[in-house]
Order: sequence, then structure tokens, then C-alpha cells
Amino acid sequence: MTSQSSEMRGGTTYVPRWRRALLYLTLIAFAVAYLIPVYLLIITGMKSFTEVSLQTMWDLPSGIHFDSFTKAWFGSKQEGFQGLGGNFLNSVYLAIPATILSALLGSINGYILSKWKFRGADLLFTLLLFGMFIPYQSILIPLVQVMSRIPWFGGNLYSTIPGLIFVHVIYGIPITTLIFRNYYAAIPTELVEASRIDGASIFGVYRYILFPLSIPGFVVVMIWQFTSIWNDFLFAVTITNNPDVQPITVGLNNLAGSYIVEWNVQMAGALMAALPTLLVYIVLGRFFMRGLLAGSLKG
Amino acid sequence: MRQIKWERVVAILLLAPSVLATAIFVYGFIGFTGYVSLSKWTNLLPDFTLVGLSNYQRLFANQRFQIDLRNTVSFTLLFLLLCLVVGFLLAFLIDQRIRAEGIFRSIYLFPMAISFIVTGVVWRWLLTPGSPEMGATGVNLLFEKVGLGFLKWGWFTDPVVWHIPPDSAVGQFLEQIGLGFLASPMIGISAGVVALVLAAAWQMSGYTMAMYLAGLRGISDELREAARVDGASELQIMFRIILPLLRPITLSAIIILGHISLKIYDLVVAMTGPGIGFSTDVPAYFMWDTTFRGNNFARGSAIAVVLLVMVAVLIVPYLVWSTRSEAEL
Repeated sequence: MTSQSSEMRGGTTYVPRWRRALLYLTLIAFAVAYLIPVYLLIITGMKSFTEVSLQTMWDLPSGIHFDSFTKAWFGSKQEGFQGLGGNFLNSVYLAIPATILSALLGSINGYILSKWKFRGADLLFTLLLFGMFIPYQSILIPLVQVMSRIPWFGGNLYSTIPGLIFVHVIYGIPITTLIFRNYYAAIPTELVEASRIDGASIFGVYRYILFPLSIPGFVVVMIWQFTSIWNDFLFAVTITNNPDVQPITVGLNNLAGSYIVEWNVQMAGALMAALPTLLVYIVLGRFFMRGLLAGSLKG
Repeated sequence: MRQIKWERVVAILLLAPSVLATAIFVYGFIGFTGYVSLSKWTNLLPDFTLVGLSNYQRLFANQRFQIDLRNTVSFTLLFLLLCLVVGFLLAFLIDQRIRAEGIFRSIYLFPMAISFIVTGVVWRWLLTPGSPEMGATGVNLLFEKVGLGFLKWGWFTDPVVWHIPPDSAVGQFLEQIGLGFLASPMIGISAGVVALVLAAAWQMSGYTMAMYLAGLRGISDELREAARVDGASELQIMFRIILPLLRPITLSAIIILGHISLKIYDLVVAMTGPGIGFSTDVPAYFMWDTTFRGNNFARGSAIAVVLLVMVAVLIVPYLVWSTRSEAEL
């Protein structure tokens, strides 16, 4: 959308050279400012333990050292802190199933609310949407109470990864339903009608018409959900109190809050926590943008 | 669409789990929280005896909560201002048919993909001021290195609150016209809030840029050309044509960023904590603290309800407006 339209603009108006220079200078200055935290993150993470000192914190590392990453991942028995490796895997076990489940649920809701409208469907949709704006503080207290009362394999859902998956799927309903409903609304109803005449049922229409057409919709929703579930802190810190099931955001916050952990280890940990969503952003950036604008109702 | 009866039943059944979950987990839970906020449940043992609005009365009289409200309001205003100005400036610059547009856009937008926890950890390291004995650190050290040492200051560790001094000329004047309360530390901005705003705007200004850019791309060139032909200056085009056309986008951005900033919690936890004299405390932090550390569930619920009301005041008119304008399409 971008390079094409900017070419189509066609440069008819003459712009003096110094103004172009100023334009690029401003853009580059902002880019440098945005990248400074990343620079610090990467160079600090890559320094060896002997190189870490406050006076040289902005200097480049002498080479690429992975000591801090190993320590951040495995922790240190002598210094008495747990590594983030386990937390990272917890986040993987949490984010992947929760993303898939909430995308499927949103897709079904969006299908019904766009192609099987009943009386009051639009009002119901608005009522569903409200759930994505509420400050989650307003539901945390009953949530903890209820989670510790839902039975799960001899115990209950409180402080378990399935419990967190459950929570993310439920509070993901508004945004996933919103994106899919808008996506399906753009698919012509004639297409659905035609397959109805051919004898397709409510399931057939979904299975053979809508679902195959909704792959881009799934990509957008899954990127959105993966990013927000991976990055979530509030639910994780409230619902899980056991370090063995806590996701990486909670692990990183504990690591960073501890005075015995060196800065380079903290930075290596922060980089690990940021990497999956950054990779998604770099590889699927175009879809990420689309998801942002589709979800521009949400923050 | 032609609908057969059993299929209509199936359609409703397919929607039922989500509707039921929302009814319980959103509306039911909010109701429960509201009830607890009126109760005597102030320790580990649930006590649902109703006590009316006394929890709210005590909350608004609580100095920590008053400071929290000041911080939230000043954070929201500064954060909105910075995001809107920087976001618009970047979008405007990128829209000037530049080279390597994709690279610039990606650089401004990537912080959005990161969690507030990571942002908080990194920015705490950046803005740790250092000490006279150990030397400057972080951004302060950077300032020293490039000869801007006079810019060094304590960032979020500085407990200062900027406000109108009561004994200044302005303060005296306000006192005379009966607005003396405006010249107090309760109407001001703490240094810690400024530090938090910097980190939050680093993360979210790219989002505003993306929204404005989409808006700018939607304004046709013919419109600008026509204005130029009619003799309008570039400034006039900006203020008379472009900015008014972008008003809906500004509104959306204010709603989205505003509700994020009212709820801000993760960033405060990871970057500053409540701060000296609660200089960086916010209602969301107080709520978690008093509920899950202090076991004062009634007070926690009351804070949650205040938060909900603040967000609803912002969101509900917007939701109604956007669903109505959708219906008109």
C-alpha cells in the first residue's frame, strides 16, 4: 500500500534540497532515539561479566559473549536465583494453545454474528465488545475466587497453565469476535446464498466457504492474540503464585526486582522475553499492521 | 438469508458459550466487585455485610489515593500530548514521499510488539541516574559524554512535584479569586510521572503514527492541489484542510491511548514501583497492592470500581458513536 501510493503521488512540486536534508535528518534523529534502548539491551546482554561496569555501559562489548544469556536462562545456584528458561517454556505452553483456541472461538462467533443475524444480534455484539475495554482490576477479585473453585485434576484451576489459558480465551472473546465479524461481513452474502441453494448447512457453509477464505483473518487474529497473551502481566501475576508455572513476564519482573542479579543478566532476560513477539513482528509485520488497524477499537 | 429452524437453534447454541462466559466473567464479576466495594470485607475472611458508601468515602479521603488520582490525570494528559504530537509529526514526515519508508515505519512501530515489563526493565536501566560517588549512569552518562551534562537529573528517583507555588504571584492571584487549591502539590506533575511518560510514549507513539499515516494516505492529492491552485499556503492547507480531516483519527487515538493510560500498571511495576512518597503510584497499582498484599478486598474493589467508571466515561460514548456510524454505512 505504501511504496505504490507514494510513487503514484508523483513529484510535481519542487522541494528545495535543504528541506529534503532536514526531513531526513529529523527522521534519522527519531530513529536513533527509538533504537537507543535496543542498543543498550543488546550490548549489555552480550558483554562478559568482567566487562560490565557502570562507566562503560554505553561502550560496545569486546566480543560476543553469551555468558549472560546462559545465566539468565539457567539461573545460578550459588547466587540463589532461578533462570527464566522454565518461565519461557511456560509462556510457550500458555500462548500457543490459548491463541489457537481463542482464534477458533472468535471465528465461530464472528460467523454467527455476521451471517446468521438474529433479532438483537447487534446489541449482543456491542455488549460483548465492552469486555475488551474494562480495566481487568474490576474482575480480578471474583476471578481468583472462581478459579480456585473450578476443579481440575484433583486440584483447581488457580495457579495452573490451563487456568491461565482459560482466562485468556475468555477475555479474548471481544477482540477476536470483533476482527472476525468485520472480516466475514466483507465476504459477499451471495456466496453464502449460492452454497445454501446447493444444500449446504450452517456447518457446511462455514467448513467449505468461510473457513477456507478466512486464513488471512486467522493470521491477523493469531498475531494479535499471541502478542497480547505473551506480553500479559496482570493476569499472570494474579492467577499464578508458583514460580514453576509463571510465564516469562512475571519471571523477568522477579529477576529484575532482585538486587543480586547483575544488569547484563537482566538485559539478557529482557531480550529473551521480547524476542518471540519481535520475531513475529519482523516476519509478519504487514499483518501486524493490519491487525493493529483492524483492532484500532482496542488498545 | 433463508434460515431453517433447527439451524437457527444451532446458531444460537454456537454463540451461547461466549455469551454465557461474558455474562458471568464480565458483567457478573463487575457486579460482584461492586458488591464487595460496599461490604466489610477488609481482611482474609470474606464479610459481605453491607456498609454503604463508606469504603468510597474513606478512599477519597486517603492521601495515597489522592496522589494516585493526580498521577493518573497528569500521566494521561502528558502521555496523550506526547503521543499525538510525535505520532503526527512522524506520520507527516513519512508521508513526504521519502526513501526507505518501510524501514522508518518499522523502527517507529516495533516497540509496540514488546511487553510493558520489558520496556520497564530497560527504561529503568536507562534512567537510573547514578550517584555523585559512583558517577552518572544511563542517559545521564550519555548526556555527560556529549557535553550536555547540565541536563542530568534524578529522573524517577527525584521526589520533586512541579506545581504552582502558593507564595508566587500566580499563586497569590489564584488565592484571591478563590482558586487557591490550584496552587498546591496535589495539582501538579511529579518527576517520576514524567519518566514513566517517556517510556510509555516510546512504546505507543508509533501506534499513533500508524493511525495518522493511514489517515493522511486517505486524503486525496487533488484536494491539496486544488487548495494550492486557489492560492492557499502550506500552513493554511495544514490547519484548514488536513488537521480538520484527521479529527476522527485524533479522537480514536485519544480514546485508545486514554484507556491504556488510565489502566497503566505493568510499566509502573517493572520500572519504578510506587516511588518515594508515592510519586509514581497509580490507582491500578494501589488496587493490586491493597487487595492481594494487604487483603483489603473492600478497598481494592472500590478502587477497581473508580477505575471502571473513569474508563467507561471515556469508552461508552465512543462505543455508541462508532456502532451508530457503522449502522449508517
